[in-house]
Amino acid sequence: MADLPETVVIIGGGQAGAQAAMSLRQGGFAGPITMVCDEAVPPYQRPPLSKAYLAGTMGLDRLMFRDGDAWAAESVTLKLNCSVASIDRAAKSVTLTDGETLSYGALIIATGSRVRNITCPGADLKGVHYLRTVRDVGTLQADFAEGKRLVVVGCGYIGLEVAAVAIKQGLHVTALEAADRVLARVTSAEISNFYQDVHRAAGVDLRVSVKVEGFEGEGSVTGVRLADGTLIPADLILVGVGILPNQELAAEAGIICTNGIVVDDNARTSDPSVFAIGDCAFRPLALYDRTGRLESVHNAIEQGKLAVAAILGLPAPALDTPWFWSDQYDLKLQTAGLFNGATKVVIRGSIEDRKFAAFHLDADNRILAVDAINAAPEFLAGKQIIGRKGRVAPEVLADTSVSMKQIAAQTA
Amino acid sequence: MPKVTFIEHSGKEHTIEAAAGVTVMEAAVKNNVPGIDADCGGACACATCHVFVDADWLAKTGKAGSMEESMLDFAEGVTELSRLSCQISMSADLDGLVVRLPASQH
Repeated sequence: MADLPETVVIIGGGQAGAQAAMSLRQGGFAGPITMVCDEAVPPYQRPPLSKAYLAGTMGLDRLMFRDGDAWAAESVTLKLNCSVASIDRAAKSVTLTDGETLSYGALIIATGSRVRNITCPGADLKGVHYLRTVRDVGTLQADFAEGKRLVVVGCGYIGLEVAAVAIKQGLHVTALEAADRVLARVTSAEISNFYQDVHRAAGVDLRVSVKVEGFEGEGSVTGVRLADGTLIPADLILVGVGILPNQELAAEAGIICTNGIVVDDNARTSDPSVFAIGDCAFRPLALYDRTGRLESVHNAIEQGKLAVAAILGLPAPALDTPWFWSDQYDLKLQTAGLFNGATKVVIRGSIEDRKFAAFHLDADNRILAVDAINAAPEFLAGKQIIGRKGRVAPEVLADTSVSMKQIAAQTA
Repeated sequence: MPKVTFIEHSGKEHTIEAAAGVTVMEAAVKNNVPGIDADCGGACACATCHVFVDADWLAKTGKAGSMEESMLDFAEGVTELSRLSCQISMSADLDGLVVRLPASQH
């Protein structure tokens, strides 16, 4: 039996923090739990923000993990609109920005990440938006109207999902990417090319290998100036150029950080009483024999459960293969694994029919990752195979006369 | 308000009121019913909200759609009673619905 803490403080009310609170109660922890949330609303799901919530088809009530009063019913104290100013590890306490001090037996840092701000001239003009919180979506929606000219800066998942929603709502959309293809950080050229074609066919003026010089306008933005001198008129801009881990609080308390707060297999930091979970954590990636940060729901949930298991002395849950999804237009992308290090891409199914998967293999035919578009069997079977470091010959993977279930069964 | 009963693999029962339009998955998660992970929050992307609909209710809940069916194909211990609970919306017709939870969602 582990030495159970009397109290748990969770810093952050995102997916990871909420998971930790729920897992603590499901695991039988009966002591006080305080969750310090810097936003005004109780914990909610972030993925729909750039999808159904932005489109207006999903309300805030369904976005929230629990109804507001359900947290109190579980004796989880939410401190909304509140941040932690500092952590005193010797005293095992945190001091909030409002001056209050909370003691902890175990501390879970789930501070997540923040958007990377663009620093070009005009970056602070009215009409320049980012998307990370419900509040961000509120201000973006106020500028979202049929006929408006939207320029998306950065074609990662956030930028592309917003472009898809905007096109559907009748905005004129230009999407700009500095790299030579969209989604370059997370997937192969095959998938990038597919999404570029999809967005262009839907009416997005999508341009790659472009450098933004600055945003122009008096007070409010009126255009985007490119390095080659081109001016793209704009009524609003959505910047999606990545996120940064919120690790400063941990670093200032002397907890070891790199690109994120360094944790072990149990989500424990260099201080045995302190855990870090979700976007802010730099973790072992056992499947790939390396370490890194994962920005995903899967990671937030998994690490929330790992930290709670360690705190309560319960067996650690089995690790899942990293996975992710994105909804754009009528396309559901489901991805499993991490594609870095892949040397070949095998396409299974029909790109033309928008129902296919791209498997990313290393030189030994081990599947490192799969991106499945409207292709659930490829995603789920691929995820299983990736999880056991399975190898499949490219010609077998590409043969749609053999089902994914059979391929998974044949792969040791 | 329509009620739905979840029976954990251990036999423990949870009866919950769920407004019409709320999915069975949401009713479980919002009330901290263990055994439904619903990692993707209802996007039909993860197959971790698998339930077995009580046989008497299957006619009213209907069967799985094609995306759901291909997701379920890879869940553990699937039977003809299997559904993804994020794809069942509560309604007055489903008042009293009983669903059983599998041993594991992973």
